[in-house]
Amino acid sequence: MKMSTLLVRTVPIVIFIIIVVFLAIGLQRDPRIIPTEMIDRQLPDFALSELHVEEATVSKWDMMGQTTLLNVFGSWCAACITEHATLMEVSKLGAVQIIGLNWRDTRPDALAWLERFGDPYTKIAFDDESELAIELGVTGAPETFIIGPDGRIRYKQFGPITDEVWVTTIAPIVQAIAEETE
Amino acid sequence: MLAEIGQIALIMALLLGLLQAWSGLRGAHIRQPQLIAFAERAAIAQALLCVLAFALLALMFMTSDFSVKLVASHSHTTKPLIYKFSGTWGNHEGSMLLWVMIMAVFGAAIVWFGQTLPAGLRARAIAVQGLVGAGFTAFLIFTSNPFARLSPAPLDGAGLNPLLQDPGLAFHPPFLYLGYVGFSVAFSFAVAALIEGRVDAMWARWVRPWVLLAWSFLTIGIALGSVWAYYELGWGGWWFWDPVENVSFMPWLAGTALLHSTLVAQSRGSFMRWTLLLSILTFSLSLVGTFIVRSGVLTSVHAFAVDPGRGMFILVLLGLATGGALLLYALRSGQIEHGAGFEMESRETGLALNNILLICATATVFLGTFYPLIIDALTGAKITVGPPYFNMVFAPIMALLIVFMAIGPLLKWRRDQLSRLGPKLLVMIGVAGAVAGLVGLFGKHVFGGLGLGLAAWLIAGASFNYAGKLRLGGSASTVANLWQRFRQLPGVAHGFALAHIGLAVTVIGITGMSVWAQESVDRLRIGEQISVAGYDFRLDEVRATRGANYQAESARMIVRRGTRLVAVLNAERRFYPVERNITTEGAMDVSAARVLYAAIGEGNAAEGWIVRVYYHPLVIWIWLGALFMAAGGFVSLADRRFALRPKSAAAPATGIAAE
Repeated sequence: MKMSTLLVRTVPIVIFIIIVVFLAIGLQRDPRIIPTEMIDRQLPDFALSELHVEEATVSKWDMMGQTTLLNVFGSWCAACITEHATLMEVSKLGAVQIIGLNWRDTRPDALAWLERFGDPYTKIAFDDESELAIELGVTGAPETFIIGPDGRIRYKQFGPITDEVWVTTIAPIVQAIAEETE
Repeated sequence: MLAEIGQIALIMALLLGLLQAWSGLRGAHIRQPQLIAFAERAAIAQALLCVLAFALLALMFMTSDFSVKLVASHSHTTKPLIYKFSGTWGNHEGSMLLWVMIMAVFGAAIVWFGQTLPAGLRARAIAVQGLVGAGFTAFLIFTSNPFARLSPAPLDGAGLNPLLQDPGLAFHPPFLYLGYVGFSVAFSFAVAALIEGRVDAMWARWVRPWVLLAWSFLTIGIALGSVWAYYELGWGGWWFWDPVENVSFMPWLAGTALLHSTLVAQSRGSFMRWTLLLSILTFSLSLVGTFIVRSGVLTSVHAFAVDPGRGMFILVLLGLATGGALLLYALRSGQIEHGAGFEMESRETGLALNNILLICATATVFLGTFYPLIIDALTGAKITVGPPYFNMVFAPIMALLIVFMAIGPLLKWRRDQLSRLGPKLLVMIGVAGAVAGLVGLFGKHVFGGLGLGLAAWLIAGASFNYAGKLRLGGSASTVANLWQRFRQLPGVAHGFALAHIGLAVTVIGITGMSVWAQESVDRLRIGEQISVAGYDFRLDEVRATRGANYQAESARMIVRRGTRLVAVLNAERRFYPVERNITTEGAMDVSAARVLYAAIGEGNAAEGWIVRVYYHPLVIWIWLGALFMAAGGFVSLADRRFALRPKSAAAPATGIAAE
């Protein structure tokens, strides 16, 4: 009897310790540290419905022949808003084309979101079932892949492209690709 | 110079907190009054130092002192003064300073209001409060120093995210923190009681007002966040089951359970161990909330600048505070006596059900929020848990809670018979059934009928209870007599009615929004119109305007119903050049029955603008209900039997809320 009540009283702390262990593991799991296995591989073949025009498709061929930023976003993603102003500016520069991968979203939500914050994308692949996202190893949004004119993935950016990230990281890679191909 | 004074004040507050903890615990242990007195003075001094530090930071924000890094990166000279002030806590460091300050002020409040308490209990509670406060002050100083300088100082600041420049959000964090941190008082007293190995009804009576206070503030805080999300973030969303929302909701659910278990503890002396456990749980969930928001472990691993070092620090604090408290609970709670027993059909059973259901609801939210993290840790897969899960699991639990919530308070303590309530129950079932049937029939919606039927059931139950206390319909029910009885009724009786009916009001709002909301979207040129729910919105004019720190496109829309003019709405699309951010300021016409909401998107005169219009029935009832609930809490606090100050200590020592 005495023993069993002690056991009962110990239950809360045992549960708590388990929770803390999970939180501690969660804290160590920073996907930014894991290098993507996709770097320097060819972009997988895919065909997804276009967001604005449901009947149209977006495929790998839309990204061949010029340097492309493939930007994973969703209307549910708060951090995507933070990079949006930068993407709008970049789309005006003309150095790269930006193709969107609208991930785990619904069409009305995504369209409303673009209406509100602006649309920097040449085309947008609608990937509500995570078809391409899984092949690309997308772990969260926003994420951005830099794809060379030959269809090779050159870099993966985890997290928002701020002005600083654009200047220090993305722009130099885009520049390097441009020099290679000349 | 001011920043350095603030820094020194914080360091002194940390040292005082540690001294306060040591002298309080030691003084209570060896029964040394001077040590206890020292702990009390330290608590007051710690509070003053934290207030000073916070005031200095606020001053630097208001005077735009950009030599301080925090001000430079979160403020801007063109920002309106009120947002310069609220910018003080609109960032990680400042909000943690606010947290620490509130914690210290509550510590001083224990000293101030607790003079009638046994010296040992008070000293230990002050010590625990000081120790937890010191932990967070250390967190502030070592990982998130708000007073760090920036050299060279920039000419102007980087600005505050325009989404946050809003009155609703400006005052959301202080209320939320008053709630979160307010639960620390219950926590400190629970730990102090466990150290002593003794709790009694007196303990519960003393803790209950603090729980009421914290709970009421938290209710307001959550409601403000929801209002803000409604008109700023979402189109019609008022609750997104977002991790950040969930972590503020869990302490509320657990706190609601605590509120009701302390009621049993103080009235009947039962549920003592359980109340201690809930006190620990509620504050721990507040700490978990802080951990989640500050470490970014869940929100989105990509969210904003997230520092794993900070997350680890808070996790260690959480481990020490909660782990220590639960360890004490495992070792000591055996000494705490079970209270008086009760029978199946009694008010205690009702409150036990309340607690079980609320804890189930808390667990549901907890599981849904942390499931992605657990799965990630176990299998490495990244998944998300969306609103469908929460709606499906949470709604039935709450529905069941409401069913019992209407009956429980009608039962007597210890022993009663449900059959005694027969006639009342029949009336309640009749009212609820009639409302559900009519709504189901005319609203053509089963869930609409169920939701409003439940609300009617709850209002009927609470009304019977309240009428019973007023002895309405009894002998000599003249208006004068009723007024007399109304004035004599204790505060908790009014608070009970307000809070319970408040929940019914919220349920009405939620039902209306979930079932009958409508929306419509179209591209409109000037003069064209769009309709929703019988309202016609005509786009009348679009022009460019300027605000203090933004440029805007402002659209005027004329709303008519048939031929009757209903409203003129001005919706804006704002561009903030400093932050280079665009926000949409929807325009609303608000009435008790519905909100009409219009927003404009991108567009030009030739092709027209994208216009979205919404019809949201009963939506403001959601927050009105929350306001009722919080008001219920405050009214209960005014109950003279809760009087905590020494001079009122002579008040009759009868059990509280035993009616």
